Amino acid sequence: MNTQLAVIGAGPGGYAAAFLAADLGLTVALIDPEVNPGGICVYRGCIPSKALLHVAKVMDEARHAKAWGIQFGEPKIDLSGLRAFKDNVVKRLTGGTGALVKHRKVQYLQGYAELVDAHSLRVELVTGGEERVQFEHAIVATGSVPTVPAALRVDDPRVMDSTTALDLPDIPKSLLVVGGGYIGLELGTVYATLGSAVTVVEMTAGLLPGADRDLVEVLAKRVRNTMKSVLLNTQVTAMRPESSGIRVTFAGEAEAKEQLFDRVLVSVGRRPNASVPGLDRTRVTLNDRGFIVVDGQRRTAEPSIFAIGDVAGEPMLAHKASHEGRVAVEVIAGHNAAFQPRAIPAVVFTDPELAWAGLTEAQAQQDNRAVAIAKFPWAASGRAITLDRTGGLTKLVLDRQSEQVLGVGLVGPGAGELVAEGVLAIEMGANATDLKLSIHPHPTLTETMMESAEVFFGQATHVYRPRKK
Amino acid sequence: MTDFTLPELGENITAGDVLRVLVNPGDILAKDQPVLELETDKATIEVPSSVAGQVKEVKVKTGDKVKVGQPILTVEEGASSAASSQAAAKPQPVTAKQGAAKAEPAKAEARKPEPERTQQVAKTGQAVGANTAAKVPDEEAGLEQHVEGGKRETSDKPGTKRPVGDNVVDINRPRAASETAASAAETPPAPAAPSVRRMARELGVDIDTVSGTGPSGRISNEDVKAHAKELVSSVGHSGRVEPIASEPLPDFNRWGDVDRQPMRAIRRKTAEHLSAAWATIPHVTQHDLADITGLEELRKKYAKQAEAAGGNLTITAIALKIVAAALKVFPQFNASIDLANETITYKKYVHIGVAVDTDRGLLVPVIRDADRKNIIQLAVELAQASEKARSRKLTLEEMQGGCFSISNLGGIGGTFFTPIVNAPEVAILGISRARMEPVYHDGAFIPRLMLPLSLSYDHRAIDGADGIRFVRWVAEALEQPFLLALQG
Repeated sequence: MNTQLAVIGAGPGGYAAAFLAADLGLTVALIDPEVNPGGICVYRGCIPSKALLHVAKVMDEARHAKAWGIQFGEPKIDLSGLRAFKDNVVKRLTGGTGALVKHRKVQYLQGYAELVDAHSLRVELVTGGEERVQFEHAIVATGSVPTVPAALRVDDPRVMDSTTALDLPDIPKSLLVVGGGYIGLELGTVYATLGSAVTVVEMTAGLLPGADRDLVEVLAKRVRNTMKSVLLNTQVTAMRPESSGIRVTFAGEAEAKEQLFDRVLVSVGRRPNASVPGLDRTRVTLNDRGFIVVDGQRRTAEPSIFAIGDVAGEPMLAHKASHEGRVAVEVIAGHNAAFQPRAIPAVVFTDPELAWAGLTEAQAQQDNRAVAIAKFPWAASGRAITLDRTGGLTKLVLDRQSEQVLGVGLVGPGAGELVAEGVLAIEMGANATDLKLSIHPHPTLTETMMESAEVFFGQATHVYRPRKK
Repeated sequence: MTDFTLPELGENITAGDVLRVLVNPGDILAKDQPVLELETDKATIEVPSSVAGQVKEVKVKTGDKVKVGQPILTVEEGASSAASSQAAAKPQPVTAKQGAAKAEPAKAEARKPEPERTQQVAKTGQAVGANTAAKVPDEEAGLEQHVEGGKRETSDKPGTKRPVGDNVVDINRPRAASETAASAAETPPAPAAPSVRRMARELGVDIDTVSGTGPSGRISNEDVKAHAKELVSSVGHSGRVEPIASEPLPDFNRWGDVDRQPMRAIRRKTAEHLSAAWATIPHVTQHDLADITGLEELRKKYAKQAEAAGGNLTITAIALKIVAAALKVFPQFNASIDLANETITYKKYVHIGVAVDTDRGLLVPVIRDADRKNIIQLAVELAQASEKARSRKLTLEEMQGGCFSISNLGGIGGTFFTPIVNAPEVAILGISRARMEPVYHDGAFIPRLMLPLSLSYDHRAIDGADGIRFVRWVAEALEQPFLLALQG
């Protein structure tokens, strides 16, 4: 077949690209081994994990309701029912994307693509046989795969990666989560709530490397309560499967250098999946970390081929991939588009949630930039008090001269939703006055954004903190 | 540690596009070893190193535009003496490690097989000593002209220029979420909404240069439009000619398929040069016809003689001789004008450029001392220069220093045209196709072979009467070659 655009990989980047291309009138082939578009995000990532985290949150609140004068008793967990809920969420979403493929008349090829040259590929179809595709442009959107360091490569079903952990094979009595990043903390939260004694081991000095410490501390405090233990500055040096569990050897600050766990979740990171066969027949180049090298328009060194999403660079986030996909398609359609976001929000869907966008305080310090930090503690938020969740924090990173919003950081329930206002503020070039003068609904957590801006001027209604002269 | 910066490359050459980087960090670099392949205005050049040692850092990459004086490499000189003495002591064997390091650049770029190139590098890998000895750099400029035969593609690919505004992003740095904001260093990003930034991008306006009229300098759509207008009009006023911001192009895809290609260096340079010439020189074009019926007979008669010498007795070759003589008679045509310093430079030499149509674009090799050579000699030189231009062997040196240009389009056809003066020259002669025409002579029309001439000149330097006198002189010399001997 001949097509104007071939998209390899139907994750949130690939299908967003394919759909926009179809909307712009291009003929599009979308290639992915799954039945429907969705990719890791929908099938084995963001979406199923959020379904489980929602359940975990309900359980937590039910438990906590004792403090509010309500008693539910201990929850009974029907694991197959829980799996079915999660699977239905996935099915519903992918069914939706599948329908959109048909509505938009996108040619969906279920199979594996191999590039023949810069203008053609062949697809090994899942149903057997192969399809040749001649394309004017292609977008590589093959995403990423979990990284497993050699020391942690153990061929035992009890050693899981994020994919197998999401399948909820059982609720282990004890679980070791290797890696204190967002995937480990999210899945660790799910298992801890379901009843596992969860230990988190992190190589560096803190959880969520990269996020501001004051925000992480709020989360860490809660994690220390919900999880059995958090081992920082500790490395796993060996794992040995035994009949009674996985024996894990630690090096570093951990006191017990050897411990036995029923299961281990390895979530130390992800690496780009640039192993598209035939990529070496084109001029596409990879950098030393395995990412496809792209320019500001997401074009690779091969002019007819673009790359987007996890395979084209960090941060490895679905919403960044979708945006890149749309940029690449606009470029292909002849528009002068470029990937120039000022803020890519990052959200950790733990309880509490942690979210940030734009410049972080830590980065500002590292760059020695003159910024002003305005923080509003949720203890002063009416809404947070009604939720009985007063540990949260809202923070603005502002340019000292122009008062422009450069970054936003939040920790607390719903932080992932709240950060969107911060993204808009940064992209619009809004300043503290703009935020302060926008009326926010009461009583909501969004008021913390407005009041943070008021803190900057030393005029927050609910916090007395005169401005430093 | 020493920085190797891009050396002077020749007259008027200030920058070039990197086609290839020929060394990698860790390589042992010998003096005069080529480090870059550069496409400049009109020629492909290999830039030899003026330093020796171990390459610590390569600061440019394929596709970069580099300027004279810009750092290219950092070299640790400690390793240099060892390397060069080793090479000197035993030119034949080279350690396997060195050989591998040498071969690496080829391996890295040989995604598309390029047998010739690989071979060449493999040879280099065999013997360092032989390498430097075999490639004799041009003594004068310290440069080696890289000859590429007919391999047209090779420079097309790596040199491909990217569209504006998309430097290859370094995705090595972690935490890109903050990167976009942080990269703007101390100044906060321009206070403009994404929609406004998009419009600026589409108009080719750098949003950071727009001053906003809103509160706190907020930039609106109107501010961007006003800024764009100002840019366009300011170009008109300034004495310097910059590439005038063209009107934004429509989306051609709306009317059918298009293919957008980056502009090659030669095309860009030609465009810039001719825009400048057109914008600064008040052009006048004077047409005339020369009766070459007699000359054509002579030309046919002596064609064999020229052929034997290795040239073609073309109208261009004859015109070279005639124009060279005319420049002696009309020195104001062999001049350059400098308005800023209010001077006119008259040249005492006669070098004439001849426009050659090649598959890479228009090239103008210069025939030296055309006044001191006979027509056969000129014919031979012209044939050699044209061949060199077409096979990409022309050096920058061979395209510089012209006093006057000749553009003969007659081989293709046409009657008259208006050539553009090749600044800093002040005149150019265009020649079209000769044809039989009825000429009224002694009460009757007789068929005569008439050659159309079009002289464009810089009216600042040359008056109209001189213009027609020059053309008449040339026409009459073509009609009566004896005039050459008599007056030229």
